[in-house]
Amino acid sequence: MEFNLKIWRQKNAKDKGHFETYHISGIEEDASFLEMLDILNEQLIREGCDPVAVDKGCKSSGPVSFDHDCREGICGACSLYIDGRAHGPDDHVTTCQLFMRHFKNGATITVEPWRSAAFPVIKDLVVDRGAFDKILQAGGFISVRTGSAQDANNILISHDRAEESMDAAACVGCGACVATCKNGSAMLFVAARVSSLALLPQGKLEAQKRAKNMVAKMDELGFGNCTNTRACEMECPKGISVAHIARLNREFLKAKFSE
Amino acid sequence: MADKLISKIPEGPLAEKWTKRKSEIHLVSPNNKRKLEIIVVGTGLGGASAAASLGELGYNVKVFCISDSPRRAHSIAAQGGINAAKNYQNDNDSIYRLFYDTIKGGDYRAREANVYRLAEVSAAIIDQCVAQGIPFAREYGGYLANRSFGGVQVSRTFYARGQTGQQLLLGAYASLNKEIAAGSVKSYPRHEMLDLVVVNGEAKGIIARNLVTGKLERFGAHAVIIATGGYGNTYFLSTNAMNSNGSAALQCYKKGAYFANPCFAQIHPTCIPVHGDQQCKLTLMSESLRNDGRIWVPKKLEDVEKLRKHQIKASQIAEEDRDYYLERRYPAFGNLVPRDVASRAAKERCDAGYGVNETGLAVFLDFSEAIKRLGHQRVAERYGNLFEMYEKITASSPWEEPMMIYPAIHYTMGGIWVDYDLQTTIPGLYAIGEANFSDHGGNRLGASALMQGLADGYFVVPITIGDYLSKKFSEPKQDINAPEFVQAEKDVQARIDRLFAIKGTKTVDSIHKKLGLIMWEYVGMARNAEGLKKAIKEIADLKKDFYENVNVPGTQYEFNQELEKALRLEDFFEIGTLMAYDALNRNESCGGHFRVESQTEEGEAKRDDANYMYVAAWEYKGEGVEPELHKEPLIYENIKVVTRNYKD
Repeated sequence: MEFNLKIWRQKNAKDKGHFETYHISGIEEDASFLEMLDILNEQLIREGCDPVAVDKGCKSSGPVSFDHDCREGICGACSLYIDGRAHGPDDHVTTCQLFMRHFKNGATITVEPWRSAAFPVIKDLVVDRGAFDKILQAGGFISVRTGSAQDANNILISHDRAEESMDAAACVGCGACVATCKNGSAMLFVAARVSSLALLPQGKLEAQKRAKNMVAKMDELGFGNCTNTRACEMECPKGISVAHIARLNREFLKAKFSE
Repeated sequence: MADKLISKIPEGPLAEKWTKRKSEIHLVSPNNKRKLEIIVVGTGLGGASAAASLGELGYNVKVFCISDSPRRAHSIAAQGGINAAKNYQNDNDSIYRLFYDTIKGGDYRAREANVYRLAEVSAAIIDQCVAQGIPFAREYGGYLANRSFGGVQVSRTFYARGQTGQQLLLGAYASLNKEIAAGSVKSYPRHEMLDLVVVNGEAKGIIARNLVTGKLERFGAHAVIIATGGYGNTYFLSTNAMNSNGSAALQCYKKGAYFANPCFAQIHPTCIPVHGDQQCKLTLMSESLRNDGRIWVPKKLEDVEKLRKHQIKASQIAEEDRDYYLERRYPAFGNLVPRDVASRAAKERCDAGYGVNETGLAVFLDFSEAIKRLGHQRVAERYGNLFEMYEKITASSPWEEPMMIYPAIHYTMGGIWVDYDLQTTIPGLYAIGEANFSDHGGNRLGASALMQGLADGYFVVPITIGDYLSKKFSEPKQDINAPEFVQAEKDVQARIDRLFAIKGTKTVDSIHKKLGLIMWEYVGMARNAEGLKKAIKEIADLKKDFYENVNVPGTQYEFNQELEKALRLEDFFEIGTLMAYDALNRNESCGGHFRVESQTEEGEAKRDDANYMYVAAWEYKGEGVEPELHKEPLIYENIKVVTRNYKD
């Protein structure tokens, strides 16, 4: 297969950024999107254009930087906005689990980084998602010390409840929800964590405080508000339901009323 | 120098050793803990759990990871589960059995005392994880569910769908976040350790590159813990994450830490086969699939031919024409033999011409019988997400046709040599999780990596490190302008400058791919003396090619993934060579290490206990010089050493 790739290039956080278009051919249908980018990078390096040379008239800005790691859909590192959709045209996958058979041969594919005020670009397609860590540091945990736990089977949890908690815990922290949301809200991300823990007896005790502190941190870090467009749910690679946002809201309101 | 290999195994009966050691360890008082700094490199299960637990204890912890968040460490990708000797199933499991299975599974090349401790603390790991809110699978009565893994005859594996590693890591990461919020841990994401700093023979800090700014930074501490995982990516194609690397461990080795059993690499039997030459990563399908999936190839070569030409489908091959070779060869364990045995058996069938895909390098993993027996819904509950994942990647549905699988490099049992306290041969330097060599011998059992990472991080190193630090609290904070730090930074800078100066025409990946091919060919599933010598020579030639012809584009002072890869590849050359030396020395077949020269008439691995019942610990002797071998004898007092038998 062959494609034209229109890719966002940005030297660093301060650079304005621009698109560059590359042609690539000889791609197998079973290649993943990121393998295709690997091949592109091999090509860009072989052509000998390095970023220093751009000013001297070289036509490319060198290999394209993008975050990736596990390549099996679980680490949440990959984060490409492809043809106007977070993680591209296939439903409920991370970019690394997107395969070239989902594209038309000869298509022009536009690739951009996550665009959100809370996720500044580091370089090209790489953004800084440190804000997610900060939100979780504000309360996304159960305050248990190593060694203080009782026997695991002393806490009974119904099968269905554990499954529901697991549904929310499946969040990979990629940020597709934020990138997709017209308000740049992190509600689905926050809700997934709050809900997963609030569903369990171990997490109940801190549930309200957790909701309140995490939402406050989200606001402080420049994420937008939730206006229930449900776009996040559509693009979440793990299919996390907006129903968890309702549970977050309940915990949040309970916290507000008990103030 | 052999006196450095003091294992510090406590005296006394096996079951009392850990208790005894804990009672001997000197404590550090809370006000003194505040004065002590610890560096933890890596944030997988081992690193995250250690950093969090040390933070809780009151130490000042700095934790480093190469990704944008600690949560992305590759522990996250572990699918199947975590073992623990809870005996919740009443199937006669016990600490002793978990210990026994692990020693036997490791083909009698792991230390008894370490493995027993691992089994001993395993139950507390599950308690801890449940308390953290990890949504393990539950029975309908609300109790925890279990399943089986290879190499064992009980159900002791706890799981959270096919995402157990993710859930356990998110638990450890949550604890880490709690400590970061409390101020006891400071997190340095997108930082890569490039050197260990040793002052007066003791580990005192690291040199790291800030991967965003490209600057080299110095960090000092009273002790350093390495938790950077394994070196499976030496093979280029593996189930490891793209950025997983062996550099931190290798830098420790170069600074004097012995490296143990490097040739023990695990080849996992159930991975999605290679599909072409554009691939850079292999995907694992969880071992849990072997609970219900049956592995086979056709009995007739004509069926193989037709399969390769797509003239027939697997499902059209009659039952009597299928060779369920694991069930045939190993009736007692069947499809649940340990990984090394299953991998070799797949290779044997494919080498004999029975491989079922176009490349001839694949076997079937078939669920049709399980779907008939259990029904669609129960199979979906157990393996639904794995089936989906397989279908996404291959565009073939396991509900209709069997999966195709083939072995791939997955895990490295070898690693930095550590004593019972998990301290390396450099005082003040500790290694935990996959980065050390200690618990899995020649082969790791499924669902034991998660157990070991968390055992080391939550329950072992936070205690044992106290013994060392109890003598250090009066030492002032490490001065990072000390000459050793300045020199280490200079050395790293020289490495970087050298790479940029080459300005060749070859990409880092193209050379890494070649290294992978050498490794897979000569240091892969079957090894012999001639091939291993060839590997050492070919790696040396490739390294020369690298230093003459590689092109590292860009500059140091920017986000530069090509530079990151080039630095890691430099270290993979060294690791690959070290693996070959170790494999050459170990002229026996044992666990994942199969020497063609050492097999039975039936083609089973033949161990040589008389000559090789030892840990091979290698000492670095300088660039291009053969490393020096030190031997730590393995003594089995509580287990009768026998030939591994999964047949009856």
